[in-house]
Formats: sequence, C-alpha cells, structure tokens
Amino acid sequence: MSVLGIIAATILGFIMGVARLSDNWLIAKLSSVYIEVFRNIPLLLQIFFWYFAVLRTLPSPRQSIEFMGSFLNIRGLSMPAPVAESGFSLVVGAFVVGIVLTFVMTRWAHKRQDETGQIFPTFWAGIGLIVGLPLVVFLFAGMPMHLDYPVLKGFNFRGGMTLIPELVALWLALTIYTAAFIAETVRAGILAVPKGQLEAAFALGLPKVRTLRLIVIPQAMRVIIPPLTSQYLNLAKNSSLAAAVAYPDLVAVFAGTTLNQTGQAVEIMSMTMAVYLTMSILTSLFMNWYNKRMSLIER
Amino acid sequence: MINEQQPTLPAPASTIGLVGWLRTNLFNTPLNSIATIVMLYLCYIWLTPIFDWVFISADWTGTSRESCTSGGACWVFITQRIDQFMYGFYPSEETWRLDLTFLVFVALIAWLVWPNLPKKGLVAAFTLLVFPFIAFVLLSGGYFGLEHVETHKWGGLSLTLVLAVVGIVAALPLGILLALGRRSEMPIVRAMSVAYIEIWRGVPLITVLFMASVMLPLFLPEDMHFDKLLRALIGITMFQTAYMAEVIRGGLQAIPKGQYEAADALGLGYWQKMVMIILPQALKLMIPGVVNTFIALFKDTSLVLIIGLFDLLAIVQAAQNDPKWIGYATEGYVFVAFVFWIFCFGMSRYSQHLERLLHTGHGNRA
Repeated sequence: MSVLGIIAATILGFIMGVARLSDNWLIAKLSSVYIEVFRNIPLLLQIFFWYFAVLRTLPSPRQSIEFMGSFLNIRGLSMPAPVAESGFSLVVGAFVVGIVLTFVMTRWAHKRQDETGQIFPTFWAGIGLIVGLPLVVFLFAGMPMHLDYPVLKGFNFRGGMTLIPELVALWLALTIYTAAFIAETVRAGILAVPKGQLEAAFALGLPKVRTLRLIVIPQAMRVIIPPLTSQYLNLAKNSSLAAAVAYPDLVAVFAGTTLNQTGQAVEIMSMTMAVYLTMSILTSLFMNWYNKRMSLIER
Repeated sequence: MINEQQPTLPAPASTIGLVGWLRTNLFNTPLNSIATIVMLYLCYIWLTPIFDWVFISADWTGTSRESCTSGGACWVFITQRIDQFMYGFYPSEETWRLDLTFLVFVALIAWLVWPNLPKKGLVAAFTLLVFPFIAFVLLSGGYFGLEHVETHKWGGLSLTLVLAVVGIVAALPLGILLALGRRSEMPIVRAMSVAYIEIWRGVPLITVLFMASVMLPLFLPEDMHFDKLLRALIGITMFQTAYMAEVIRGGLQAIPKGQYEAADALGLGYWQKMVMIILPQALKLMIPGVVNTFIALFKDTSLVLIIGLFDLLAIVQAAQNDPKWIGYATEGYVFVAFVFWIFCFGMSRYSQHLERLLHTGHGNRA
C-alpha cells in the first residue's frame, strides 16, 4: 500500500511542483490551487470522500460501467489479468538480462566518454534493451501469455483481477494528499538552485534538457531529499488510516483480527507500534544513506 | 532640426495591456499555447458541472429532503443540522456557553493578531494562563450554578476546536523543552529526549490514540477514572510535542554559534541565554515550521473519530446515516472540507504574513 502510494505521489508531486514553476500562467495557477486545496483538508476526510461519496455510489455489478474489457462498479474495478503460460519464464529471464546489460553498457559508455569525449545514447539503448529484448523473446516464444477477462456470473464478476474500492479510495486519497506536500518540496528544491548555475549552463552551451538533467536536478535533489524522506514516512504512517474504511492493512490485521482472536490488547498494540517504528527507522536509515551519497560531491 | 529629440513612442500594442499579458504569460511559445488551450478546455469540462452543482442548481432553503428537487447540491442538509455540526450533543439551552467561550477566544486572538494594539504581553499571558480555566468552567460547568455538561456530549466543530487549541497550547512549550533537552550537554537528558522524539515520530497517530483510549486505563489504578476526551488530548499532545521539538531544534541549529558564545561571554546563565538571546531569534526562524505543525495538528484532530469522539467529521459522518438524509454524503464532506480548509488556509496565510513582518534581514536571501 505504502509503496503504491509513494510511487504515485512522487510522480504526481514532481509534476505539480514543476508545473507550479511553469512560465505558463494558467498551469502555474492551477497547480497552486491544487496544492492549496488538498494540503489544507484532513486526509481522513479525503479518504471518506473517495470511499463513501464517490466509490460507494457507483452502480451495482449488473449496471457496471464498461470500458476496454474492464468493469467499474460498487465492488471495485475488475480488469483483465495477464496469465502466464509455460515459456513465460524465458521472457522474465530476458528482462533481467536486459537490465544487467544496460547497467554494464552505462558503465562502458561513461568510461568511453571520459576517454574520448564521445557521448553514447545510453537512454535509448537502455530502453531498447530493457523493453525490446523481452518483447523479441516474447514474440519468438509464441506469446506465452493470455488475458483472463472478468465475466459477470450471478451477482459478481469472476476471473480477471479486482481492485477493491477500499484500496482505490485509500490509494487516491494518500496519493493526492501527499503529492500536494511533495510538490511544495520539489518547488522549494528547484528554487534553491542559484540562478547563476542556470545561466552558467546556458553560457556553456548546454541544451535545456541537459541543463535540467546535469545541473538543476542534481543540486535540487540535495535540498529535496531530507523533506521528501519525512513525506514518505508520513505516508507510510498515514496508510494506517486504512482502518477507517476497513481495508485490511497492518493495523486492521493486528488490531482487528488478531486482537479479536487473542484478546491481548496491550501486546498487540505494542507489536503494531513496533512494526511501524521498525519500518520508519529503516526508511529513514535508507534515505540518510541516499542523502549522504548525493551530497558527497560538495566543496 | 534632424538631431531634435523625437517624442518617446508608446510600446507596441502587442506587449502591453491584456494582449501583451496574454502573449507573455499564456502564448509565449507554440507548446505553451497548446498547453493553455488544452488546460482551458479541461477546466471548462470539469469546473462547469462542479460550479453548477455547488451554486446554480443547488437548493439552499427548506426543511426536509423534499425541498431538494433541482438536482444540484442539497445544502438544506447542512442548514438543517448546522446546530448539531457546531455544538454536537451539547444541550441546546446551554449552547450560549460555547458561543461565549468562542467569542472571547476570537476576541483574544484578534487582539494578539491585530497590529499596533497595546498590552499584547498581558493579553497573551491572559490567553495562555487564565483563559483555559475560564473556558473549562464555561464549557464543562458544575460551578457558579452552571449545569454540568459531560464531555461525551461535546461534539462537532466546538470539540474540534477544543482539541486543536489545547493541543497547540500544550505542545509548543513542551516542544521547546524537549528541543532544548535534545541539544543539552547532559547525556541522560539528551538520550531521553532523543528516545522520546524518535519513538513518537515513528508511530502513527492512530495507534497512539488507540493506546490512549485502550491501554492508558489499564496502567492506572482501578478506581481512577480518566475522561475519554482527556485521554485523546494527552495522546495528541504527546504525539505533536515530538514533531514540534524537531521543528524547534531546526530553528536552534540555525542560530550562529557566535550568538551562544557571545551570550556566554556576557556571563549569562543557561536559561538567561536561552530565553533572552537564542529563543527570540530562533522562534522567528521557526514560524513556518511551527505553523505547519499547528496545521497538521488541526487536521489530525479528525482522527479522534476512530476512538469514538464526535468531532466535526464524525458528526457529519453520523448525520449521513440518518434515514431522513441518506444519500447526501457529498454535501456533508464538502461542508467539512470547506470548514477545515478555511482554518488551515487562514493559519498558513497568517504565518506567511508574520514571516514577512518579522523578516529583519537574516541570511542573504532577498
């Protein structure tokens, strides 16, 4: 849950943070409205809104909204699920090989650039290796995969895979809420890069994209990472609000199921807290390590 | 004749006025023009129905759900139950006490916030030291012929405000003490502060509240009865104190070492040094962080719903399950969101204003 939320919130947050600095007035204003609105509304309220006001009012399975083989109804979103057949492991193998090759290639390209100054199109070659290689293997192996479509049987859908509404509500609320905070962090980070750095990069004749990638982002990341860590920790802790809409997360499993089975309230709650504590300490250790790695290249 | 100075020409029409503004801000590159048009279209298809739902085809007056016929938002649901949303289950003939407390509080805060009013120190001391007792007597009753109202009857926005205000008032001084403890030179004090801060910051508030409501009674003697509201308050305060302490520590670290050394050189003791030299400077730097913590605390008060206290969110949630008003969840949530938003946005704007006001040129930022 937390991982899903972190990924989505990071992407949305970075987009919104950059959008707020856009030189297009409309885009900048829209993203600041988004940030100010969702930052100032309690998360629990947002979860309730998505769960009770939006997802609970969806039609019953028989009147599902249908698009591209997926069905949206009060029991969640039923989607076609990919099912692996024999020979699919070859494709997975090709994927792993692709990643390893890309890694090796990047090292080699760096070395060559250091020696000869020639730039190798690492990005496109990497995409080709990671996506293209498994795709070729997939086609040669005779497409060892089919889609399992959800079918209406009785009162509910069978087959496929279903995202339950509790998960969707929690995911939406956590993502939208945390992304508003991440957007502010990102904006602060980008603004913290002195203007002279940008001007120097342009004076050196670097194109805009490479300026962003080689000059702005590395410096901004140093400012962004510490607050970003605490946002991730907040998100992980906030995911415990899942209990409010009865999604079986950690708190619900511990404090609900186990508590009912054993009746040992004190021990169970201590265990729950200990698990969260371990999680957040591990995350912050990892982020500290990453932070150190990023900030090593200082004067 | 030829060298005579020509009158200054007006700027080209395309760079001034509305057209110029549009050209520089919305249509300066082809890509931006496309983005603007796409965004305008998206705004149009999303915002028009929302605007229509909220204002144009909404129902504002009436007494029951039969008044809601136009297909828009049914604000009748809110207007009919506004008393309950504000006061919870407080006896209706006693609600003047809540109103009075709230008015006094608003007046005190306005006095503190308004620029150039005299005797701010006295008012602040009154707000922090005397007002809580007056408020407690007024709200809870039991003295001076006021009827005693038990805390389980408190609810709605008034409960939310009580939780938030008590949390804020208690967390700030405790947070300062903890932050000083963490930067102390005494190893035991420091270790205990660090342990406290890291433990409370590492666990979710919801488990803290759960602990406070389920476990605290287990540790206390049998005959000692603790109020549920008080337990929630203790939980929230202890939790937010840890966050507050970290924010304050950030402020303390930002004060140059020379200030500490100068205070030492003047022969000031530890507390004199802190109260007269360090904290006034640090507090100024900490305003954004402290207000952020306040806002977080205010939003977190909605979690008391989990342990069965009826704050604003919980009472609206409960009202939706009234068979007379089923199906108006969205209106309820929009109302609650609006109330929370006003408070939080107001706080954040005031902190920005304060930041500019107190900005006396530290660091080299413009």
